[in-house]
Amino acid sequence: MVNNEYILSMENITKVYSNGFVANKNVNFSVKKGEIHALVGENGAGKSTLMKILFGHEQPEEGKIFYKGEEIHIANPLAALDYGIGMVHQHFMLVPSLTVAENMVLGMEPKKGVLFDYKTAVERTREISEKYNLLVDPEAKVEDLPVGFKQKVEILKVLFRGVEVLILDEPTAVLTPQETKELFTELLNLKKNGYTVIFISHKLNEIKEICDRLTVLRNGKVTGIADVSDITEQEISNKMVGRNVMLNIEKEKAKPGSSVLQVKHLSYTDMHGKQVVKDISFSVRKGEILGVAGVEGNGQREISEMITGLLSGQTGEILVDGKALSGASIRDIRLSGVAHISEDRMTYGSVGDASIEENMISERYYKKEFNRNGLLDFKRIKECVNQLIQNYGIKCDNKDAQVRTLSGGNIQKVVVAREFSSNPKVIIANQPTRGIDVGASEFIRKKLVSLRDEGVGVLLISADLTEVIETSDSIIVMNNGEIAAYFEDASKVDETILGEYMLGLKRQSKEEAGGAYYAE
Amino acid sequence: MNMVLQSIFSAEFVYSILRMATPLILAAMAALLTKKAGVMCIAFESIMLFAALGGVVGSAFMHSALLGVLSGIFCGVIVAFIFAYFVLILNANTVLTGLALNTLGSGGTVFALYVICGDKGTSTSLSSLTVPNVSIPLVEKIPLLGSIVSGHNIMTYAALLSVILVYIFINKTALGLRIRSIGENPQAAESVGIKVVRTRFIAIVLAGVLASMGGVYMSMGYLPFFTRDMVAGRGFMAIAAQNLGGGMVVPTMLSAILFGAAEALPNVMQSLRLPAETMQMLPYIVTITALFFVGGTHKGEGKRHKK
Repeated sequence: MVNNEYILSMENITKVYSNGFVANKNVNFSVKKGEIHALVGENGAGKSTLMKILFGHEQPEEGKIFYKGEEIHIANPLAALDYGIGMVHQHFMLVPSLTVAENMVLGMEPKKGVLFDYKTAVERTREISEKYNLLVDPEAKVEDLPVGFKQKVEILKVLFRGVEVLILDEPTAVLTPQETKELFTELLNLKKNGYTVIFISHKLNEIKEICDRLTVLRNGKVTGIADVSDITEQEISNKMVGRNVMLNIEKEKAKPGSSVLQVKHLSYTDMHGKQVVKDISFSVRKGEILGVAGVEGNGQREISEMITGLLSGQTGEILVDGKALSGASIRDIRLSGVAHISEDRMTYGSVGDASIEENMISERYYKKEFNRNGLLDFKRIKECVNQLIQNYGIKCDNKDAQVRTLSGGNIQKVVVAREFSSNPKVIIANQPTRGIDVGASEFIRKKLVSLRDEGVGVLLISADLTEVIETSDSIIVMNNGEIAAYFEDASKVDETILGEYMLGLKRQSKEEAGGAYYAE
Repeated sequence: MNMVLQSIFSAEFVYSILRMATPLILAAMAALLTKKAGVMCIAFESIMLFAALGGVVGSAFMHSALLGVLSGIFCGVIVAFIFAYFVLILNANTVLTGLALNTLGSGGTVFALYVICGDKGTSTSLSSLTVPNVSIPLVEKIPLLGSIVSGHNIMTYAALLSVILVYIFINKTALGLRIRSIGENPQAAESVGIKVVRTRFIAIVLAGVLASMGGVYMSMGYLPFFTRDMVAGRGFMAIAAQNLGGGMVVPTMLSAILFGAAEALPNVMQSLRLPAETMQMLPYIVTITALFFVGGTHKGEGKRHKK
């Protein structure tokens, strides 16, 4: 099936990763020449995998790629560039200490005799920059440029290499609103010049603003292809989120007590000068699971890292049990009763090369009960660790097994066992079940509920909406660094409602969203 | 004290600084090349030692100073090649490979020396040749300046020339641009089709040539024969000079000259009657002091978690 209307089409793409994860299943994706085509989907829906296949980073198990009517095989990114397919990554592929012009011509430098012809490089850069109205100073050093300009350089670099199809991977994620506006003007200008743009995003208003058509992915499958003008944001949202499985968590209604974690007017500006958390206030009460829903990158990670002390430099207040945490060390924060399941279990959650035992005692080894005469009391430690392994059903040879050798689910259980057994008052659980098997996920959710019943406050941050809805008692929804909504009773919401707030279609009033904060 | 000051502010002292700095400048330029390519090469000690021995042996057997220099460079480049092969092709740890080669250099040159001339200390039994000193016509007649600038070993002029060449190479050629890019962001370089391994290999081998020239100078200019461990940490001081110079060519050369001065100083301070051992520590004390001051100014990766 070769259709000449399309400059590029990917047919029946199936990609299974070596760990058995099916990232794309029979995906059909076609792009017309000269359009801006949105590729939409939640995190983990398979957008990135599909684009990696198109750009030659990954090879599909099945499926064909047609470009300009001919079947092509893209072995690596250079081959993709040769065909005329270029990608602007989220993390820029630029050399900071070189100038814009030097970055531009890298790999295909103009020469004058034996020397590099810098003048010509600058001239060519200026030419192409003016031609596409992407104005940057060719002689500026890349490291001195703001993010928006770095992105322009990236786009120019791709254009300079004669690309006709541009893939932009969540280009607005790092931009300020003004920069985003500028980018859109530039993209529309490129479209006018006959370029084809694939725009990866989950920001519906942006898609509505500049895209012509869209393809929606969910769980590795295409759930919709449409002209943007024919589809409402509501419909896109419904196609993106949707119930995957029923979790059936048995729990009684929460009986929340007083606030154990209070966050007041918290704001955070990242190193690029972008405000990622904007004056948010909420409370986690004793005996309550507060879910945080939201598309990743809307400030959730920063919130969890600020509470647990990994990130500093914020304004606002964080109180645990009424005591302010400002200036406290991570150990102080832990001692005040905060437990943390990090979203990145191999970097912050565990030490891969260390044993289960070492990982489990890593936050308590210094305590009196594990020391005798100035040395570690390994008898006590062994007892404690073996008990935890048993209680949490960690599948391993013994306590000395390297954590790296365990399965994802068991690694997470090691983390969870340590954090849950530290007598926490409040647990910050950031993506606690990401990428782990169903059994371990269920176990962790049940544990969270039983700790809640014992009076622990839980902040559950998760990109898995089903998990948020079924495990939480109350829910806040994050959008663009702000609390877009607060639902006191999680059982009264569903994915569709949350989706609307997550994607910025709706927003509660300040008063309604302010209900998330309890003074007591 | 007066005598010391007098000798410091003399033309002979400045002349001796350049003499001492020659191997440091060459090796520091080599260190700069590898640094720019993003490779932590500490094998310069070994490269220089083998080159020093190779020069002596080559000149003795081929009765030509030029062929001696070339064979010295050849020996040093082989060591650089081994380093590059292990680090880039076999993916061995750079520091371990460098350490292993340095240890090999220290023992291996003595072994080779013993096999060739039956002596474990020096090569004096070989009738090796030296690279001559040259006077620059006209310049040598200028008072003061003439006696500083003229009359040096050819290798000293080669060292100064190498600074200019390395500057042009790194900053003005396409290959230099590529080397800088792979040192800073290899993924970015790769994404535009630059072959990272190949480019690094070239950088290491070129660095090998420069460091070898520094090594050859040790046994064919600075001294007229080879002695065991005669490089005496200069390969490491070169790395320090490169660091002190912040990865820039001219500051790196100036740092190498500073270390050269620290090596020249003991000779003029003999009149102070300090123990010789104390004076011999001076270059290394200067090195570590310099690193103390430069340490805080570089952006370290380990600082991500500091508050």
